[in-house]
Amino acid sequence: MSAGSYGWIILAFPLTGMLVVSLGWRLLPGKLGGWIASGAILGSFLASVGALGQLHERAHVDSAWTYAATLDFKADLSILVDPLSVFMCLVVSGVSFLIHLYSVAYMWSDRGYARYFAYLNFFVFSMLLLVLAANFVVLIVGWAFVGAASYLLISFWYRRRTATYAGIKAFVINVIGDVGLVVATFLLFDQTGALDFSGVFKGAHEAFATNDATLVAACLLLLVGAFAKSAQLPLHTWLPDAMEGPTPVSALIHAATMVTAGVYLIARTHPLFELAPAAADVSAIIGTATLVFAATVAATVTDLKRVIAYSTISQIGYMVLGVSVAAYGAGLFHLMTHAFFKALLFMGAGSVIGAMAGTQDIDRMGGFRKAMPFTFVTFTLGALALAGFPLMSGFFSKDEVLAFTLHRGGGYALLAVLGYLAAFLTAFYAFRMVFRTFFGEPVEEARELQQGRLAHHETPRNPLTGEEEDDDVGFQGAEHHVAEREWPMKAAMGALAVLAVAGGFVGIPGLTDTLEHFLEPSFADSRFKDTMPSDGAEVAGLGVGALLSIAGIALAFLVYMRRRGLAGQLRRRFSGVHRFLVNKWYFDELFDRALVRPAAAGGRFARGVVETDFVQGTIVGGATAVVRAGSSFARTLQSGYVRAYALGLLFGVAGLALYFLVASS
Amino acid sequence: MDASWFVVLSAFIFCVGIAGVLTRRNPLVVLLCLELMLNAGNLALVAFARAHGNHDGQVFALIVMVIAACEVVIGLGIIVAMYRRRLPIDVDEMSELRG
Amino acid sequence: MWLEQVLFFLAGVGALAGALGVVMLRNPFYSVLALVAHLIALAVLFLLLRAEFLAAAQVVVYAGAVMVLYVFVVAYIGGTDEPLRPEGGAIGALGPLIAGALGVELVIAVVGSSLSLLDTPGRGGAGFGSPASIGQLLLTKFLVAFEAASFLLLVAAVGAVVLARRRRGLEDPGAMPSGAPEGAHS
Repeated sequence: MSAGSYGWIILAFPLTGMLVVSLGWRLLPGKLGGWIASGAILGSFLASVGALGQLHERAHVDSAWTYAATLDFKADLSILVDPLSVFMCLVVSGVSFLIHLYSVAYMWSDRGYARYFAYLNFFVFSMLLLVLAANFVVLIVGWAFVGAASYLLISFWYRRRTATYAGIKAFVINVIGDVGLVVATFLLFDQTGALDFSGVFKGAHEAFATNDATLVAACLLLLVGAFAKSAQLPLHTWLPDAMEGPTPVSALIHAATMVTAGVYLIARTHPLFELAPAAADVSAIIGTATLVFAATVAATVTDLKRVIAYSTISQIGYMVLGVSVAAYGAGLFHLMTHAFFKALLFMGAGSVIGAMAGTQDIDRMGGFRKAMPFTFVTFTLGALALAGFPLMSGFFSKDEVLAFTLHRGGGYALLAVLGYLAAFLTAFYAFRMVFRTFFGEPVEEARELQQGRLAHHETPRNPLTGEEEDDDVGFQGAEHHVAEREWPMKAAMGALAVLAVAGGFVGIPGLTDTLEHFLEPSFADSRFKDTMPSDGAEVAGLGVGALLSIAGIALAFLVYMRRRGLAGQLRRRFSGVHRFLVNKWYFDELFDRALVRPAAAGGRFARGVVETDFVQGTIVGGATAVVRAGSSFARTLQSGYVRAYALGLLFGVAGLALYFLVASS
Repeated sequence: MDASWFVVLSAFIFCVGIAGVLTRRNPLVVLLCLELMLNAGNLALVAFARAHGNHDGQVFALIVMVIAACEVVIGLGIIVAMYRRRLPIDVDEMSELRG
Repeated sequence: MWLEQVLFFLAGVGALAGALGVVMLRNPFYSVLALVAHLIALAVLFLLLRAEFLAAAQVVVYAGAVMVLYVFVVAYIGGTDEPLRPEGGAIGALGPLIAGALGVELVIAVVGSSLSLLDTPGRGGAGFGSPASIGQLLLTKFLVAFEAASFLLLVAAVGAVVLARRRRGLEDPGAMPSGAPEGAHS
């Protein structure tokens, strides 16, 4: 079978899974729906492996159906199977399979079990469609589907108001990105006349000079799309709120797959960005700004999942930085390792939250080390990878990105320095989580778990606002699940832990540049393909990174383990700074003031003045009033007097006779 | 003797009839004036028949007479019914079809 | 020749006088009588136009039957003398005015269109206007009209009977028949 056929199979599996689960959920007893969905994703993964085998180092475009074909416009439903897309498929389907496995157990007591798996399969299908797209049209279709799936999954527990608000927020910001993407596509099509990637890239070289204004505009709009999806500044506000969704959803969408779509987009359209360095520079700067910003906020927030969410934003900043400075291999390498350890962290967090019976506040957690050993080990491994501890996967990937950035020189060196600074902060907050959650005095839930009883709240509460909720459909069931007790969760977390540790070995500089070589054909047309830092520079970078991560872990140890009151003291001393950081640099309030309130005021104006007074009062009311006046005038002609009617008749006859008389004379 | 004399006379009678229809309030008299108008039409028809030299106009006038008779019959029937119901015999009072 | 013109003049004056009498006489009974005079004058005019059958029909049918019916009804109903100037002021003034205008228009139309006639015995031939010729036309060329007219007469007769029928329980003033035992079918 050719690579193209494998590509279609990759897409067919999750689509079928979704249809089977969504249409036949009544017939699937017990966990069967979950297993079917997981099996579908496994099939997709195996097909990706098959495509990998068939790749033969060249890109393969396969077209299934023509959407529209006119004289100068052709849009096909075609997929592109090349190293980049196969790589993304492997990562997406592999991690998704493990998350499906985890969810089979985690979501078991939820009443929306089948709905969850149908949505999840739909999401994976859309994501695979996005990465396999061979032209902008299919890309936009996949993009939009992914946004829709994320909305469905974020507001999965739809009876919870905060969840639906979060879903709406995510969707609105995603749509802003969609608009950017569509307008960019139009601009490119306008100038190059093509919609498929190869045609656009070829045409771009002819149609645009370097840093041509239209091209820069198009690339900036592409960036708008990418940043909306990947939660970079300033379109990042949806991601922390999206933690309202179930934890596996956060693992899948907001760690491994959807948020990486933006990175993929920039990597895929790299010829355009290389032709418009201004846009690439904007991207690099924003990526760096985001990673610093998110790292500072993650150090202060207290909701466990939100810490991990800000960490995601920050790490994606690294990836964006990587692909913006043409370190494509490095950026995608970090994408892969990040998928592993971030999903692992989320899974661990899910396990802890299950033990805490739904509470997510780390201030209330502590000492789960003995009660949940497996979770502790895997979570710590994930945190080590996040922190870039030597020899972990995150270590190699993050530092490769920074080494490349430094090698580009000039202003990029500043970005690299900021990146290293944020790496230090990353290590700090990663282990802040670990020490706060697993070390220290065991809290009540931990003690109960040690004795074998899983904690259970009487009245379910919203973890964010604390308000009471009823347990009707739309919320997680009464049972919470902990990794120690469920083997699917253990299996998934174990697999990811192994990958988080060993995943870095595909990219050891100087030794095994496998990933780099693998992705080379996709980026063969890059201007920077030969600008690589020397092995010595890379090793030096690795050394610096190692030092920073150990320093960060040590600082966290100091603050949270040795000197207990230090955190509180710091908070009181720098209360203004702390408040600023905890409130996420007041971005939400800014958007509210600048955008939401004027829009609401505009809506009120439209309703009051335009709709009520103008349209209904003047236009509609005026029309009816005129008609009414006319008809009441006509009514006076019907007086009921026969003689008046006869007079009218006579009038008409006389008039006609006069007319004919005059006309004929 | 031109036919035009007869036709002019018919026009005069027709107009007198119209004036009567518009002016009188007793429905009986209104019907009478209606008869005047019909007769004026008859006169014109017969004059033209004489002018053309064929009988079509006369046959037409005969049929008109038949129609006039029918119409008188029905009209008077209505007036008798009105009288029976003690309604006022006045065209201006019969205005229930006002809009 | 001059006899024709004299006769025309006399008959014309009589017709006009009768017409004016119908319109202007206050007592409806007098109006009926004026109409009878008008009809007879018109019969004379028909004779002048060599429509003998029609003249006879006019006198016998119109003046004889229809007007007699009218006389009966007027006697039954009566009818009071109306004032000359009715209260519907505007219509009362406007009506004759416009009628006069119409009349003027018609006269202009007729005179301006130079109708020729008929000092000659005309193209009619010997039997012009005789019952035989009319009857022949009625039964050949105008058969449909003839039949339709007879049908119409039947309908009018039935209608008249229905309209003027006395219904039971209807003597009280202004009472409309509603669900009376035999009054259901009108």
